[in-house]
Order: sequence, then C-alpha cells, then structure tokens
Amino acid sequence: MASVAIGDVYKSFGAAQILHGVSIDIDDGEFVTLVGPSGCGKSTLLRMIAGLEKISRGHISIGSRIVNDVAPKERDVAMVFQNYALYPHMTVAENMAFSLMLKGVPKAESDAGVKQAAEILGLVPLLSRYPRQLSGGQRQRVAMGRAIVRNPQVFLFDEPLSNLDAKLRVQMRAEIKELHQRLKTTTVYVTHDQIEAMTMADKIVVMHDGLVEQIGPPLELYDRPNNLFVASFIGSPAMNLLKGAFANDGPPSFRGAGGISVPLRKPPSIGNGEAMVLGVRPEHLRLADDGIPVKVAVIEPTGSEVQIIGRTAGGEDIVANFRERHSFAPGETIRLSVDPGPIHLFHGETGKRIETAR
Amino acid sequence: MTVPSVAVQSRPSILSRLAESRNALGFGFMLPAAALLLVFLTYPLGLGVWLGFTDTRIGRPGIFIGVENYEYLWSDSVFWLSVFNTLLYTVSASILKFVLGLWLALILNEKLPFKSFFRAIVLLPWVVPTVLSAIAFWWIYDSQFSILSWALQQMGLIDHRINFLGDPTNARASVIAANVWRGIPFVAITLLAGLQTIPQSLYEAATLDGASRWQLFRYVTLPLLTPIIAITMTFSVLFTFTDFQLIYVLTRGGPVNATHLMATLSFQRGIAGGQLGEGAAIAVAMIPFLLAAILFSYFGLQRRRWQQGGGD
Repeated sequence: MASVAIGDVYKSFGAAQILHGVSIDIDDGEFVTLVGPSGCGKSTLLRMIAGLEKISRGHISIGSRIVNDVAPKERDVAMVFQNYALYPHMTVAENMAFSLMLKGVPKAESDAGVKQAAEILGLVPLLSRYPRQLSGGQRQRVAMGRAIVRNPQVFLFDEPLSNLDAKLRVQMRAEIKELHQRLKTTTVYVTHDQIEAMTMADKIVVMHDGLVEQIGPPLELYDRPNNLFVASFIGSPAMNLLKGAFANDGPPSFRGAGGISVPLRKPPSIGNGEAMVLGVRPEHLRLADDGIPVKVAVIEPTGSEVQIIGRTAGGEDIVANFRERHSFAPGETIRLSVDPGPIHLFHGETGKRIETAR
Repeated sequence: MTVPSVAVQSRPSILSRLAESRNALGFGFMLPAAALLLVFLTYPLGLGVWLGFTDTRIGRPGIFIGVENYEYLWSDSVFWLSVFNTLLYTVSASILKFVLGLWLALILNEKLPFKSFFRAIVLLPWVVPTVLSAIAFWWIYDSQFSILSWALQQMGLIDHRINFLGDPTNARASVIAANVWRGIPFVAITLLAGLQTIPQSLYEAATLDGASRWQLFRYVTLPLLTPIIAITMTFSVLFTFTDFQLIYVLTRGGPVNATHLMATLSFQRGIAGGQLGEGAAIAVAMIPFLLAAILFSYFGLQRRRWQQGGGD
C-alpha cells in the first residue's frame, strides 16, 4: 500500500489540452473518487496514474517514488476497467492468475492466491468458467479478483459499475466499499455518478474541464460547496439555484426574479445590488404561508418522499422534497419558504461561494 | 328467424397452404442459388469425375474405361513429381505467406503515419490480375534482363546472372516467391481485420498485469487471433494448392517438370495434349488433398470453448 501524490499535472493530446494543472494528495489506504461530467479529464488522470498515458507536465508519485518514467508494469498498480477487459480465452481462474503467471510465481502459490481472492468475492464456483458464461456482475467481480490477487500498492477503478443495471450497481457499490474496508488498499475510483462518489469515498475530487473544483469528504462537499459547479453537481436532486442580487436597503436579503425576497441572517461580504446566486437544497424548502409562490408542474412520489418540481413567478425551476405525503395537483400554486440556516450564496459573476456567517 | 351465422372454415387449398408454409417459402428462396450451384458447380464437377473414368479425347467421345487412367497415373513418375511439387509449393508458400502476412498485419496495426495509404498499397499485389503480375515476374526472372541479377551484380554480390527459371531448384524457389508476393495481401489484410477486433483494453490490462511485448503477443494477440488465422490459412492453402496462372505464365511447368503442379499438369495433358480423360483424372486426384485441407480446417475452425456464450 502506498500514498499517491499528483503534483500540478498537465495533459494534452496534440493541441487539445485535457488537464490544466491538477494536484491531488491521496493518503495511504484512502478511498478517493474522481467525479465529474464526461470529458472532464478524470479517466485520463486515472490512466496517467496507471501509466497508460504519458504525463505532459508535472509529476505523479506512488509511495515515495516519482513514476513519470516508470513503465506501467513496474508501478505495482491494478486497474479495473469499465468493460472489465477480461481475457476471453482464459477461464476465471486463469484470468486471475495471469499476472502471477507472468511474474513466475510457483503454481501452488498462485493457486492459493486465486483461491483466497475467489473466496473473498464469492467466485469459487465460477473458477473454471469462461468470461462469456458470466453475467455482468460476475464479470465485474472477476475483474476485481484479478486486481486483488496481485496485492498491489494502489487499486484503480475506471467507472467499473456503469455497465451494470441499477440494482446491481447499488449492490456492487456496497461490495467494493466493504472490500476496501477489509483490504485497506489505497483506491482511486473514477465515476461520473455523484451518488457513487458520495456513498463510497473517504474523499471526493470534483473535476470539471481539466481542473479540480473541490476536494473534500463527501459531506463537506455537500454542505459547503466551493462554487456553483460543485453545488449543482453534488446532490440529487440538484441544489436549487436562483439568480438575483444582494439587497442591503433595509434588512439584508436576497432579491430574485419575480419578486422573490429571502431574508439573510447576516449580510454577505459583497456590495448592495451585486449579482448573487442563492442555492438551497430541495430538502431545505418547506411549506409556509409567507413563502415564495411556486406553481406545481410535476409531482414525483418515491414512497419515502415526495418530490415537487415547480416554477417560480420569475420562470425558474425549483425542486422541493417533502417527507410528508402532500398531494398537490399540477398547476396548483404552493408557497415555499427557505430555511435561512442551510442556504448557500454564490457570487453572481465568479460563481465562488460567498461566506456568510450562519 | 335468424340463423346463427357460423363462420364456415373450408379446408384451405393446397396452394394457399403452400404459400403459408415457411418451409416452402424457404425452399423457394433457395431455388435460384441452388440452380446456379447445380449448373456451374455440380455439373462440371460431375462431368470432370466422369471424364476421369473415360478415354475421351478432344473431338472424340470416349468410352468408359474404369480406373485405367488412375492405374496409368499411379505408375507415372511425372504425375508423382507434380504431386510432390504441389505439396512443396503449397506448404512452403503458405508458411511464408502466414509468417510474412502476420508480420505485416502487426506492423499495419500499429500507429503509423499514412496508415490508410499503406493499407491500400499492401492490397495492390492482390488487386492486380494474376497474369499481369506473373508477366512482371517473368521479366524480373528473365535470364538476360533480370533486374534482380542486374541489381545484385551492380552491388557486387554476384559475378554472373542468376538462371532463375532455368534451374530446377531456382525455378521452384522463384515461383514460390512470386506466389508469396501475390498471396501476402490477402493474409495480411484479413489478419489485420482480426487484429482490430481485439479490444485495446485487453492490451492495457495485460500491460498492467506485467506482460512484455512478446507476452502480449503470445498470451493476448495470438490466442484471440487463432479463429481468424484458421479461416484465412484454409483459404490461402486452397488458393495455393489450385494455383495455375502463375506457373503457366512463368515456367509452364518447366524446367524438366520441376515446377509442374497438379493443376498445370492436368491442363497440359487434358487440353494441350488432348487427353481429356487423363487430364480430368489428374484434376480429380486433387480432390482428396483439398478435402483433407477442408477437414483439417473444419476441425480447426470449430468454435473454441471460450467463444461459446451463455449457460454452463
């Protein structure tokens, strides 16, 4: 096991620059997810850690060794690919033993390693099958088994669950997390699914357009997003973002389109009339007679909660979650008020978080 | 009074039942192809086999003489020489085509500048009509004006011209070289197509697993390519075994029958010599060899266990 340090890394393919200076420190034994929309450079970064892509500038070290010029096979990392990349002509056991065979590990020792990994993953009855004869979830497990057998310094996962159906994804998510808790191997996990990132990681790295937007534990990102991108990316349903301005002529408040006015407990550190975005999570809205009028558009009951998608007088969409089973009709106008506590304010132009005291 | 209307279901006519039947429809669709095969494959093949049992000559219908033609061939040293030549020609040309073709395919599968240009160029020997390329080789191998001899002489490697087609050993090597030149594109392009079906991620996974370049080839490329290799080499062997044009243009079987293949001997005896029956018998004698090659590939081509999907 080892820590991984990514120091000011750049990557370009010809004229196209993919990464614009990324720095991430990953502690020994940590589970870190790289999350971001497609094309943000997260997979490229992972492949650079593996050594499958060259580093254009900056450095990556595994343990205390800078690996920029170290061949992939010398880096002692194991990777689980999105399409599993199982060798179709080898049985499950052969797939798992392949790296040991290349290393010249004696047969008995390699068999024992494969057996041990197969027991951890529940693959023992499948050892003599070929990948074609396995379901998606089983293939995924074999891919993980192939990584475990090697007992590497770092596990790399490249969107490993995106080819599975929703139910299996939730199950494998828990399995991977449990596996990590058991093996405590440093893990870098790439996903575009923020729920996966939130549920599995010790630390999330949110990436966007080749830059790191924010690094932190899941709940910190949820509670204190650094900027509008993180605010809108983390959380499902996404945070409501209302455009408006700060009003200081009277009690400090947020003024939005369509006559929305939300009082602020403490004034933010920007001037009167400056553009500002108010962020409020769907679960922090509640019904109140003096609230913002919202016309109900869609009602989505999920059983545990009811999700209301509505429209403000200013034409902005707003989503609210209720644990109570309200029964509204589409077209009905309801009034929603914002808890003054857990609101988020962002600068209208830079999108940066504006610190305000609670 | 109302009579309850009962839908009268008459027995459908034979014709309409035929129109409904999937089997009849399938048979109908098969007929044109079957007719073509019968007329252009089965009939000539049957006629050839029949001719082999007769003493037919050009312009004179023969009579059935049983296996007399075969008895004669059995004791004919030229026939046995042609069998040996054909096997030598097929085996050495096929091995060379496979090795060089695979090598070329591997090179073309790498990231090269002007890749598609090179791929198109590689196909050229295959596209040019055999007779044309054979004539080109005829000049290359010419005893007086051979460019090869000239070039080697200029380089000071040899001091007299090489007698490419006049010496039995040289002639055999020369026709094999020409056949290899012509056959490589087929092997290379088909294997290249096979190479491109191997997912890149398998190579990446194997690289991370610690495989060297040779091990990547040995444990990933080669096993995944075997099905394609089997099919490509079957076709290549069949083409080579039945080759006629190259030999006919370059050597006509000479010198002293050293390059006579079964196909050229069959033509020479049957058409040029007028002994249709004997020529047909030589052609028929090729069938067991071809059948053996097909059977070999049939078992070689059987889907490997790992290719089979689903279930236990």
